[in-house]
Amino acid sequence: MPEQKVDSYARRLDRPVQQAVHDNSAAGTEKRYGSLAKDFTDADSLRRLAGAIRQHSIENLDTYLEQAEASLTRNGAHVHYAVTADDACRAVSDILKKAGAKKIVKSKSMISEEIHLNDHLATQGIESVETDLGEYIIQIDGDHPSHIVKPIIHKNRRDIARSFEREGLGDYNDDPQTITRRARDFMRGKYLGADAGITGANFVVADTGRLVLVTNEGNSRFCLAAPRIHIALVGIEKVIPSDSELTVLLNLLGRSATGQQLTVYTEFINGPARKDRPSGPEEMHVIFMDNQRSEILASNCREILRCIRCGACLNVCPIYRQATGHAYRSVYPGPIGAVLSPLLAGKNFKQLADLPKASSLCGACNEVCPVDIPIPDLLLRLRNKAHEEHLPSPGTPPMAGFGILASSPSIWKIAMKTGGLSSLVPLEKLPLPYLSPWLKTRTLPGWRGGQFRSWMKSRNKK
Amino acid sequence: MTPTISKPNGRKIQLMATCLCDAFFDNVAKATVEVLEHAGCEIEFPENQTCCGQPAFNCGDWTASRQVMRHTANVFKGDKPVIVPSGSCAAMLFHGAPLEFEKESDLGTINDLAGRTWEIADYLVNGLGIQKWPGRFQARIAFHRACHTRGTPSGAAAMQLLESIEGIEVIPFGEAEQCCGFGGTFSVSFPHVSSSMGCLKLEHITAVNPDFVVSGDMSCMMHLGGLAERGGKPIKTLHFVQILQAALQNHA
Repeated sequence: MPEQKVDSYARRLDRPVQQAVHDNSAAGTEKRYGSLAKDFTDADSLRRLAGAIRQHSIENLDTYLEQAEASLTRNGAHVHYAVTADDACRAVSDILKKAGAKKIVKSKSMISEEIHLNDHLATQGIESVETDLGEYIIQIDGDHPSHIVKPIIHKNRRDIARSFEREGLGDYNDDPQTITRRARDFMRGKYLGADAGITGANFVVADTGRLVLVTNEGNSRFCLAAPRIHIALVGIEKVIPSDSELTVLLNLLGRSATGQQLTVYTEFINGPARKDRPSGPEEMHVIFMDNQRSEILASNCREILRCIRCGACLNVCPIYRQATGHAYRSVYPGPIGAVLSPLLAGKNFKQLADLPKASSLCGACNEVCPVDIPIPDLLLRLRNKAHEEHLPSPGTPPMAGFGILASSPSIWKIAMKTGGLSSLVPLEKLPLPYLSPWLKTRTLPGWRGGQFRSWMKSRNKK
Repeated sequence: MTPTISKPNGRKIQLMATCLCDAFFDNVAKATVEVLEHAGCEIEFPENQTCCGQPAFNCGDWTASRQVMRHTANVFKGDKPVIVPSGSCAAMLFHGAPLEFEKESDLGTINDLAGRTWEIADYLVNGLGIQKWPGRFQARIAFHRACHTRGTPSGAAAMQLLESIEGIEVIPFGEAEQCCGFGGTFSVSFPHVSSSMGCLKLEHITAVNPDFVVSGDMSCMMHLGGLAERGGKPIKTLHFVQILQAALQNHA
């Protein structure tokens, strides 16, 4: 029988890699729980409030996006819109070309991964350096992130030491402090020599035009310290109404992502340098990208746009822990990715339509989500969409027969009684394609069909 | 998941035994009946009941699932509470069904059933107000909170009843919030991931060496029990109502 891709990826995975991802994810889940429980008596109600804030934001995106544009413009930033990933890439390279910029430094941004910005810039002869340590390692290895906030969760320090040696960053040394210091020394030169800094944004505040960026390495600040130009690449769904919502969202983001009360750096960017505000880049551009988000907003899965990219759902997900991030064949892995990636694929939905199946629907993702996204419901809706579009799903039993059987009580009762016949033949020998994957690792209990019904009847007669 | 509030809680109830109890676990269904009767319930068992339709729902075939759910809603019509000895099947009735009927003209009928459906632990504690369970059961147990009771009062209710029984020691184990790996058809379409999840759960549970592994869902117990038996290290599994039943038998 053909296999589900996520399952076969998990089966072929190196055990030490799987174990490392599992342990790191489980520790992340513990830290998240600890930091929320320590500070809040009812973290659940805070999650629901944050969910309502984000839902309100996306449902009124038309208003808030316009407001954000006006505020950003008032603050001196240039606002651009990009409909597709290609448009967004072109918008970045056009700004850079116009300014004669050849070298850029980048802070971590999932959206730039989503549109493969670095590949595009390379074709335009523009040097782009990732300055988040994890992302830098991904870049020199020609690899892809396997986690939203811990991009190199699938690598160990020996892998990294070998990569650094290969790149001429010193002799082999797998001491984490040495690795970090070498990266810092290398980055300083890049920051100072860069023409532009590219960042994402965790939030864009509509009424003040504030851009909020959270990091732990401070690299985004360096990206904006020396370069003349700042380009922020932002998904349209990142807009929130006002600063006051940040008190809820920032309290949840750090705790959910890394178990920190607040990330080490939280930057509030209020526009380019001016006379009364002399530091920072002289020129600031904000590119709002749609790339299927309007379609998602119009669909029955719009709640996924609440996401603030904390990665808590990846950490807690038992399937992510077994299969790891690359099993999802897309930029966004784990439960969030199983919903978001097939939707972002748009017309190519069918290529990723298997991802919503890669879930036992246990609901742990919803339980930890800082914006209370009903991820299992959305996975189910996408399964229904795939079924309606007649997309193949390896290993999924057809259900039309079950529908008839379970709505015909007289046939059902006979099946319950005669199902016992199967105990006369060893189950392994029966030509039941969907039973064999079960029986390979599991036994079935003995058939007792109809026994309870008879007992109940005999009791009622008494 | 919908929190259970202001559901009808009369003592004349309808029992939904679930298809797994119908096919494999008649003892669990019998225990459910005896426990409910001890709680003073008058039980009606509608003969034409089959399944909650969840297998088709989870596979994405909502046409087949709605066909089953319409049948189920018809079988359990009326105004009595519907009691289910499974968090998963109960959640299908009060959460899954309204989702798949969102755009259907008979959503009202489905919502009516949803509003009368109780998982049994939730019903005993929050519906009938039973705070303690009488009797004695001498055992160290590991309690697996079935995933489909997340966000509902069921897990806490089952724990409260179990811990109130004399002789019971509920022992904690690692990564308790994690799924057992069953997930219905997930267990056959993702056999590697599903089995690995189950084996990890078994590792954590056997490390604390309980006398019984207990849950409110026989699907989880079927999966963990089947994995353990195939692996040559069988475990003893019970539905928590079987413990309530056994405790009654030891009640002076």
